[in-house]
Formats: sequence, C-alpha cells, structure tokens
Amino acid sequence: MWTRSVIVLWLAGAIPLAAQSPTYSVGRPPTPEEIRALGIAIAPDGEGLPEGSGSVAAGREVFAAQCSRCHGPNGEGGVGATLVGGQGTLRSARPLKTVGSYWPYATTLWDYINRAMPFDQPGLLKAPEVYAAVAYILNLNGIIREDQVIDARSLRKIVMPNRDGFIPDPRPKTPSRQR
Amino acid sequence: MGAAAGAGLLVPSRDAFALDTPGKLGTPLGPYGERSPFEKAVRWRRESQTPETGSSFTPLQDSVGTVTPSSLHYERHHSGIPTIDPSQHRLIIHGMVDRPLSLSIEEIRRLPSVTRTLVLECGGNSGSEWADKTGVDVQRSYGLVSGSEWTGIPLSLLLAEVGVRPAASWVIAEGADACRMERSIPLPKAMNDSLLAFGQNGEAIRPAQGYPLRLINPGWEGNTNVKWLHSLKLTNQAYMARDETAKYTELMPDGKAWMFTYEMDAKSVITFPSGGQTLPRRGPYELTGLAWSGRGRIERVEVTIDGGRTWENAHLQEPRLPIALTRFRLPWRFDGREATIASRATDETGYVQPTREALIAARGRNSNYHFNGIKFWNVRADGTVTNVDA
Repeated sequence: MWTRSVIVLWLAGAIPLAAQSPTYSVGRPPTPEEIRALGIAIAPDGEGLPEGSGSVAAGREVFAAQCSRCHGPNGEGGVGATLVGGQGTLRSARPLKTVGSYWPYATTLWDYINRAMPFDQPGLLKAPEVYAAVAYILNLNGIIREDQVIDARSLRKIVMPNRDGFIPDPRPKTPSRQR
Repeated sequence: MGAAAGAGLLVPSRDAFALDTPGKLGTPLGPYGERSPFEKAVRWRRESQTPETGSSFTPLQDSVGTVTPSSLHYERHHSGIPTIDPSQHRLIIHGMVDRPLSLSIEEIRRLPSVTRTLVLECGGNSGSEWADKTGVDVQRSYGLVSGSEWTGIPLSLLLAEVGVRPAASWVIAEGADACRMERSIPLPKAMNDSLLAFGQNGEAIRPAQGYPLRLINPGWEGNTNVKWLHSLKLTNQAYMARDETAKYTELMPDGKAWMFTYEMDAKSVITFPSGGQTLPRRGPYELTGLAWSGRGRIERVEVTIDGGRTWENAHLQEPRLPIALTRFRLPWRFDGREATIASRATDETGYVQPTREALIAARGRNSNYHFNGIKFWNVRADGTVTNVDA
C-alpha cells in the first residue's frame, strides 16, 4: 500500500511537470557563483543562515562602531529607528514598534542587518559581525542573556515576544459601506 | 484698415497674439523633449538627513487625464537609485524549480510581451490622514499614487519555463539596489497577473522606477512591486522580510497587526479644487479628481459640495480600465459661498470608499498603511481652498 501510494503521488507530480517543458528556451542555467551571490535571503526557519557565531560582548563593539551613530549608543534611536523598548505598548495610544516589541522573527533581524545595514554601506558586515550585532540587539531587548552566543542553530530557536502578534489580512470584510 | 479688420475675422492677424515679434524663429528641433519652461509641477519630499531613503509625492493637483509622466511618478526608495547597465543585469529564477534560469534583459525582451495601464500606490499613501492634523494639500496627503502604462512579459510565462515544483508556494523577489530590498509574493499572484516590466509610458522604465526590470503586481501595494529586479526564488514559505513584518503591517487597537495586506482598496480624491489652491473668481469650474481600486474597475464616483449631506454622480472618463487611475469630472459653479467638497468611489466589487471616521473607528490610528478614506476640502468664500480636519 505504501509503495502504491508513493507511485500514485509520483505520477500525479510527474504529469504536470512533463507538460511544463520549456517553450522558449531563452537564457541559460545560473552559474554556481550567481546562485551563491544571490543566496542571502534568510527564511524564518533559519534556512540560508551561514556558518559563524557572535556574542553579545562582540556585538557591543560592532554596534558601537557601525550602528550607534544612527541608532544611538543603546539602540534608543536617532536618525535611525529605535531598536529597543516598547514591549507592552502595542495596545496603547502611542505604540513603540521595535525589534523587541514588534518584530515576529529574529531571523528577519539577521537578514535585514546583513542586506541593508549600515545604511551608508549595506553588506559591509561579515557573518560573525552580523551574528554579534543581532546578539547585542536581542540582549538590549531582554530576549537573550548577556553571556549568550548566537549562531544559526540558536537564532532559529529564538521566539520573539511578538511572534503571535500578527494575523493574515482580514479584508475585504472590513467596513466599507459606512458613510 | 477696414479691409484688414474685416479679413481678420477669417484670417487671424499676427498682432492678435502675444508673439514677441513677427518672424522670430522658435527653438530648433531637439532629440529629447522638455516641458514648457512655464510648467513648474514637481514632486515634493520631506527634508531628510538620508535623502537616499524616503518618498517623493506626485503633484496630483496639477495632473490632467490618467497617465502620470514618468518624471513625476511618485518614488519610494530604501537605499538610493542604483545605476544599472542593462547589458550587465540578469534576472535569476531559482529555488524550488526544475530548471533554474539566468536571463539577460535582451533575452527577456525577446519573449511575448503585454502592455497594461495600471495604478501604482504606496501602501503608506495618505498615512498623514490617520493623525488629528490631516494633510494640507492633495500632493502631500494622496500623492504616493501614480498611473502608468507598463510593458513587460507575464511572470507566469517564465515560471512555466523553469518548471515550478509542486511544493513551491511563494516567490521571494529581490532588487539590485544597495539594500537588496526583498518581498515575499504568494505563488498564485505570480501565476495570475504579475508582470516583469521593462517599459513604462512608451520608453524604458526610468532608473527611479526600477530600470531595467521591475516586478509589477497589479493592484498590490507599491512595495511589493520590487524595482531593479534581479532574483526570484521559489520557496515553500514566506521569508518574513523586514518590509512585510516590521513595516507594511497594520497595527490594530487590540495590539494585533495585519500582515500580507497586499490589495489596495478603492479610493478617490478631488485634485481640483484642492488644498492650497485658490479660485481666482466666481463662475464656472470643472471639479475633477482621480479614483482607483486595486480590485478592479471604478464603477461610480460621487461628489458632494455640501460636506457630505448630498452626493451627485460625477462623469467618469472612459475607458475605465481595471486597476487603473480613472478621471472623474463634474461641472460646478462657485458662487462665492463656502463649499465643503469631497469624492467617494465605488469599485466593481461593490466596495464603497469609507469615511475617515469609519476607518479610524475600525482600525484605530496606529495602522499607518492602507488609508483610503474620503478627503474633504473646504472652498472658502474668498476662493482659497484648505484641508478639513474633523
């Protein structure tokens, strides 16, 4: 029975694929270098995270050198966004949306620092520096301990305070007929 | 003289026009056009210490018709406008596909193309209107919307070429700007009507709009229309990018936030007369504005001149294309009495543009994005026009 259902599934998958053979045959397969260069997107399950690790202490130094001029010495914000605080404010009249209070996934922090920061030199930081900066910002928000080291394994296990704070778009059930 | 005057009824005299001097030649033909030096409409943006990120707003108050000149199309950049040599640019489709593909722009342009006239609106357009003090003019309050003719190839065509694996359900789109901005696009949208656009308004897309290649997701918030597109990765999950979690999500009063709010709801605004303008004298005017919906055609636009007590159908410019700017017009006579004017759009799904008060009642004031409420302008007795705060 098990073998039989596998065959059925295999056939079900194979038929549409056979119908999808290329029509135009433009372009070429990407080179390994092209795929590697594009491989910076990090999934919320941690897929794509590179090797390396960073401690809170190392992150304090990275942050002071690369982040604090815009985000303030302790992530309190400036030209750049406020990175710290705001937990418990989302229901208030003045919610403070930060990494700690709002961001649902720690992997997003890694991905965004790696691709977009520092603002004037995106992509500058090496993987261990990104891990370290992430560790420091998470520690500032009370999400990890002072002595913790962040790597691919530990990062994907972190449950952010607002992980369950999002719901899918409920429209178009939202009010439209009120005048 | 008498004969000349008589002839003047049939043949206009040169002297009847404000030409400098008879016989003065104009400027020579040129290779690339400029607008009249008397036309001054420009985009507006906030002063910033980081001018590479931010928004510039289309001068809707000066708009006519339904196409936004590419040079006045609103902008939203996150790390500046890259300079990209199209001969060096490639689109790579990879991830959960049978045949990963690397394509040059030249190769993409050899494929069967389509052209669509579409509205494009920033998810954050009219964010000013959630506050007590609303936007003072139509440019700064509703100007993150523009209309263009886009030319490109259906994304579905290339997805068939690469052979999407059955387990794939999302497409992660990434741009080649400095911050490599990314968004997760559900596969059904990509298979349905997404375009890989290389043309805008009859020419190559402008650098500020994504040259040489832009993902166009008809009816969806501007941020998903990834500019400078260089990567499409097929995956089985959304990647929870910064711009679909920390940003472009709407925080509700109960502390929960909406995410993946892609479609832009029906919306309209009067562009003339609007805040900051002045009617120079009493008499006849054409009241006009723009309406659009991310869900289809505009079916009706009603206009009030008495603060919302009574509404009258405006004339809609044809053709009314789905997910496109629709111009509405209504003849109106300014008789020197104060008038409070507004427009209200209904799209083909039956959705009616809500009031600002209804939106705030439903969503609070902290959702930032997707404001589509009715905008009132006050025409004062002296002809000046201002915004109206509740």
